[in-house]
Amino acid sequence: MSRPRSQAEYLARLVPPSVAGINRRSLLAGAAGTGALLGTGLLAGCGDDSGGSDSKEVSLGSNQSDAKPKDVLAKVTDGFKTSSGVQVAVNTVDHNTFQENINNYLQGKPDDVFTWFAGYRMRFFAQKGLASDVSDVWGKLSGYSDAFKKASTGDDGKQYFVPASYYPWAVFYRKSVWQQYGYQTPKTLDDFTTLAGQMKKDGLTPIAFADKDGWPAMGTFDILNLRINGYQFHVDLMAGKEAWTSDKVKKIFDTWAGLLPLHQPDSLGRTWQEAAQSLQQKKSGMYLLGLFVGQQFSNEEQNDLDFFTFPEIDPVIGAKALDAPIDGYMMARKPKNEDNARKLLEYFGGKAAADITVKNDPATLVANTGADVSGYTALQKKAAEVVGSATEIAQFLDRDTRPDFASTVIIPALQQFIKDPKDIGGLTSSIENQKKSIFTD
Amino acid sequence: MSDLPLIQADRAVPPPAATTSTGGRRRRLRLLSRTDRVVITLMVLVPLLLVTGFVWLPAVATVLLSGTNWDGIGPLNEIEFVGARNYSDVVNIYPPFVPAIQHNLLWLAALFVVATPFGMFLAVLLDKELRGSRFYQTALYLPVVLSLALIGFVWQLLYSRDQGLINAVFGSNVDWYGDSSVNIWAVMVASGWRHVGYIMLLYLAGLKGVDPSLREAAAVDGASESRTFFRVVFPVMRPINIIVLVVTVIESLRAFDLVWVVNKGRNGLELISALVTQNVVGEASRIGFGSALATIMLVVSLVFITIYLATVMRENRQ
Repeated sequence: MSRPRSQAEYLARLVPPSVAGINRRSLLAGAAGTGALLGTGLLAGCGDDSGGSDSKEVSLGSNQSDAKPKDVLAKVTDGFKTSSGVQVAVNTVDHNTFQENINNYLQGKPDDVFTWFAGYRMRFFAQKGLASDVSDVWGKLSGYSDAFKKASTGDDGKQYFVPASYYPWAVFYRKSVWQQYGYQTPKTLDDFTTLAGQMKKDGLTPIAFADKDGWPAMGTFDILNLRINGYQFHVDLMAGKEAWTSDKVKKIFDTWAGLLPLHQPDSLGRTWQEAAQSLQQKKSGMYLLGLFVGQQFSNEEQNDLDFFTFPEIDPVIGAKALDAPIDGYMMARKPKNEDNARKLLEYFGGKAAADITVKNDPATLVANTGADVSGYTALQKKAAEVVGSATEIAQFLDRDTRPDFASTVIIPALQQFIKDPKDIGGLTSSIENQKKSIFTD
Repeated sequence: MSDLPLIQADRAVPPPAATTSTGGRRRRLRLLSRTDRVVITLMVLVPLLLVTGFVWLPAVATVLLSGTNWDGIGPLNEIEFVGARNYSDVVNIYPPFVPAIQHNLLWLAALFVVATPFGMFLAVLLDKELRGSRFYQTALYLPVVLSLALIGFVWQLLYSRDQGLINAVFGSNVDWYGDSSVNIWAVMVASGWRHVGYIMLLYLAGLKGVDPSLREAAAVDGASESRTFFRVVFPVMRPINIIVLVVTVIESLRAFDLVWVVNKGRNGLELISALVTQNVVGEASRIGFGSALATIMLVVSLVFITIYLATVMRENRQ
């Protein structure tokens, strides 16, 4: 699930595709997908338009439909053209449409290289043979931490993904508010609870919270799971290997139930923008969200925004893991211009592309540590440091598990929990039953 | 809306069929020239193909897919059949299903009991040619022109808990869209707002067509306004009444856009159509499971369609 990057995109996504008129490309992609389904054998026999290593073109399917990121991507592809002489044909598709049509898109005639996210879905496409192995590209890349390489690796140990940018999830607050009341960054869950209690006494809503769209609460669940049970349990739980009825999962919900009274009430009718505005208007003390929370702050207020990673709950587990979804690029299963596609991926993963991105888009963090990041704001620098020192990076619940499980089971379940935090037993067994019917293989 | 011509077409079909069966077969064939036969063949074939291709095939495919666990990936020959498991899952372990059925029925009841009669009432008022009736007509019909998606957005401005107009004006603190015991009503008000205008226009058109002499006759006989309406005008309007009834049922069965815009049909706003979309469309691709939900929706719709067709056919026989 993509995070809306701007108010305009948020409003645009309010209009369902059925009403907005599905865009022509997605229809074509759908038609192509259906065609491929009906005649996979036929298509396979058609033969591809030769390996084309001499061709001077490569196609890129992009979900960067917002003006700013689209512009940055154009600059990066221009840079690639200058350095290699290969022309990149960029096919930009609306961010949400791209994501919703990804199955048809990949099974039809996808572009040579396409934008995607690290996580379970990336590994799933790799396993289904819908994406190509790019281990050789990784051999030429430098400047990536192990955590990033791990996040780019499929189940077979090969790399299928080249990371480009990321953003961490953390607890954000306004420095001026904290100075005014003399708050200190909490180190443990007890500190955190005490601090929130103090905020309540000071007339603030301790923790801003919104879950109208269903996904923001996943961030809270993830971080509690990472702190209580650790990264490996998160991965196994998301992969359907652990039981949701286990005491470990119940402990997550128990802890959360204890924190819920400190959260902003009536969260199911509120969008994250509204919750972020309550932080911006100094009505709330803190807010657990992605770095994109900054969009709700004016340019002058950016310097007043700060964050800390969620405090430690279990000293054995520590507080080093966090959610930091990574965006990047993958290669289609049978690229028309394979050599150029690999060259393009190498360029995307390299320092030059990262430098162009940093220079032109102050809102992203680039994945390549070799990039010149002197243009980062204080907040970006701190975010990069925190993620750089993280022992493990999770990709956020809906990217770490099957999309059908995340959207049709977890979203309603978490909303049910927020509504009625008492019936944890009934909730977890309902999730477990549905999980068993979805994770069948 | 194209509902109107369709209904009339339905009702127009049986009589010609009756005459062909009574007439002598040979003579009738000779009466038709070659061009006639070509035209008739085309007129039968083209709609038949369209209906088969766009209605029956997808419907049958949906029913077939509902017995599989297909996830939209891989060739069709890899599809595994799982029998009725999707159906038992829907009923037994899928928490949104029961609320969805309840909400659909509630939706139908609310439109039928409140919105439709109110729309008819407004039509009767406007039919009185009050001063500025054109203005009222336009104002009431305006929401019909807006898409439901836009309506969802307009009402969001009123309903938002922290920033909405209603809470700001009344100083209340109701979470209109988020509280699952309130939001279905809030959404039905928004949807009713649109439905009233639609029914009003349909009914107004019908009222304009009622022969004024009927009313005059009733007035001469000393019948009161309301008595004239219920005893004379309403029975004369029977065809329009049936159309209004069918439109109401259709609107409530296909209710979807509004809840989708509000919160994608979750948390108190579950509707069968929204559940189908959640499962089938988009990245989830739970096509088998979603098809089972769609089949259930088809069966529910069939109940109403059967009742409607039975009524219409009985009427034609009379």
